[in-house]
Amino acid sequence: MWAFVKKEFLYIFRDYRTMIILFGMPLVQIMLFGFAITNDINNAHIAVLDNSKDVVTREITQKLLSSHYFILDRYLKSYQEIKPAFRRGEIKEVVVFQNDFAKKIKTEGKAHIQLILDASDPNTANILDAYTKGIINTYVFHNLLQGRKIPLHINVQNTMLYNQELKSVFMFVPGIITVILMLISAMMTSITIVREKELGTMEALLVSPVKPAIIIIGKVIPYVVLSFINLVIILLLSQFVFGMPIRGSAPLLLAESLLFLIMSLSLGILISTASKTQQQAMMLSMFVLMLPTILLSGFIFPIENMPLALRLLSDIMPGKWFIIIIKNIMLKGVGIAYFWKETLIILGMTIAFVVMSIKRFNIRLDE
Amino acid sequence: MNDSREKIIEVYDLVKRFGHFEANKHLTFDVYRGEIFGFLGANGAGKTTAMKILCGLSKPTSGSVKVAGVDVNRHPEAVKKRIGYMSQFFSLYNDLTVKENFRFYGGVYGLGKKEIQQRTRYFLDKLNMQGYESMLLRNIPLGWKQKLAFSVASIHRPDIIFLDEPTGGVDPITRRQFWEMIYEASENGTTVFVTTHYMDEAEYCERVSIMSEGEIKALGRPRELKDRYGVKNMNDVFLRIARNVE
Repeated sequence: MWAFVKKEFLYIFRDYRTMIILFGMPLVQIMLFGFAITNDINNAHIAVLDNSKDVVTREITQKLLSSHYFILDRYLKSYQEIKPAFRRGEIKEVVVFQNDFAKKIKTEGKAHIQLILDASDPNTANILDAYTKGIINTYVFHNLLQGRKIPLHINVQNTMLYNQELKSVFMFVPGIITVILMLISAMMTSITIVREKELGTMEALLVSPVKPAIIIIGKVIPYVVLSFINLVIILLLSQFVFGMPIRGSAPLLLAESLLFLIMSLSLGILISTASKTQQQAMMLSMFVLMLPTILLSGFIFPIENMPLALRLLSDIMPGKWFIIIIKNIMLKGVGIAYFWKETLIILGMTIAFVVMSIKRFNIRLDE
Repeated sequence: MNDSREKIIEVYDLVKRFGHFEANKHLTFDVYRGEIFGFLGANGAGKTTAMKILCGLSKPTSGSVKVAGVDVNRHPEAVKKRIGYMSQFFSLYNDLTVKENFRFYGGVYGLGKKEIQQRTRYFLDKLNMQGYESMLLRNIPLGWKQKLAFSVASIHRPDIIFLDEPTGGVDPITRRQFWEMIYEASENGTTVFVTTHYMDEAEYCERVSIMSEGEIKALGRPRELKDRYGVKNMNDVFLRIARNVE
């Protein structure tokens, strides 16, 4: 078996394309997701239409601007200016204060602020809306309600646990770890096994006294090692570049990752039994694994919002369960008691894939 | 006259069925030690199926198969140690060097480090390829690759080498050289079991069997077969047999 491991390492290191995919991809992905594809909003341009221009409105405007989320693009003078301002596309949000704002608060106990948002990008609009409301609520709470009992305001306050700043990196890192581990292990193993089939070397190995299981294990071990190194790189990067913490136990995280890795590898072996060419193996891994994992595992789109059929489909995505596990360990810092179910599911999947691969392998041999 | 020689492959009443399809219908034949045995037949005649059974890759539905004195059905692993195998794909790794290919297959067959080194040197000397051991296989010309493949397949000194269409896609001169290697192995006592599409190669074999529709239609020395069918070359023998079937 040692001969296999050595040969496979030699093969990987000699093939620079494999190396690039193996180590370049995780780096690029994490950088991309961490820096470029971010849901965090900084410096959104807004305009203010202040019909009142009193102390309170000025203070609220000031509060908005002093959070680093907004940049004041301009003051508008009338409602007529709102539409053209949006059309030019520079402004994402207009804050409108009604007239006699401060006076109305004093006399009637309430006043209106209107938020107009550019919803051509609904995500951004939602986030800006939430940020603005948050800031205004805080202001109202601290400055206006002091010492007043009436009118009674019911203040809805959101508390964001575990990811106070709502950093999207925190959301992406578990997803990236999942996708990368899955992709590298499953795709790479299926490709290398199929490559041996294509080359005809698999035949020669099967004719040799080495048992098929040993052949496969020997081939797969180097990928376990490399994927594991990859995992560590991703974790270090996310910690030191993006400040993503590991609040739970690191050994547990690594152990769970190892389990997930083995699951992906067995899936890769299964794929290899189903494909005749490297290209086919690659396509299968891409479309059967990568896309569904990205789309359905809760990596990008929340599963709760999906229709029932897709939610059920997401249940058979191994990635979904692993993401839950990672988030639990890294962000919540809880132990295995909180995700033994998810762990069991992945373990079950692993066993299922291994059994299926062995069955298919024997059938193929006999053809 | 061949009976004095030791039987190295004994196939008796071999049947292989896939569902209702009989790929091998009651094959019975023997191969002797040191013989070059040509296993001929059109595509789909059942050659590959039979060869897989001989190599222990697939189990017969019924019948007995002994290779190197061992029952393949019962001890496929023991048989696998005694045989070498080379296909038309050469079974070598293009991204490994010549030496690494030897080392890998030597490891697969459980040879020690020293023995691998010694065998590698032996083959490289024989092929006049000293100085090429660190060359990547992808840079080696086809003819040499083929000879290397044959050498690698015999690194563990097997009793029998199975060659599955070893000369596919190779020019006549290279093929000729390759057959010289086969002769040499045979003279050293290695049995060579070879499938081929080239009927001129069939002439080089000591004995050939011709399969069609899962049965062995003819078996004997090339000259005997030619006499029996009253034709001048093996190509015509093959066509006669194929035509009789239709």
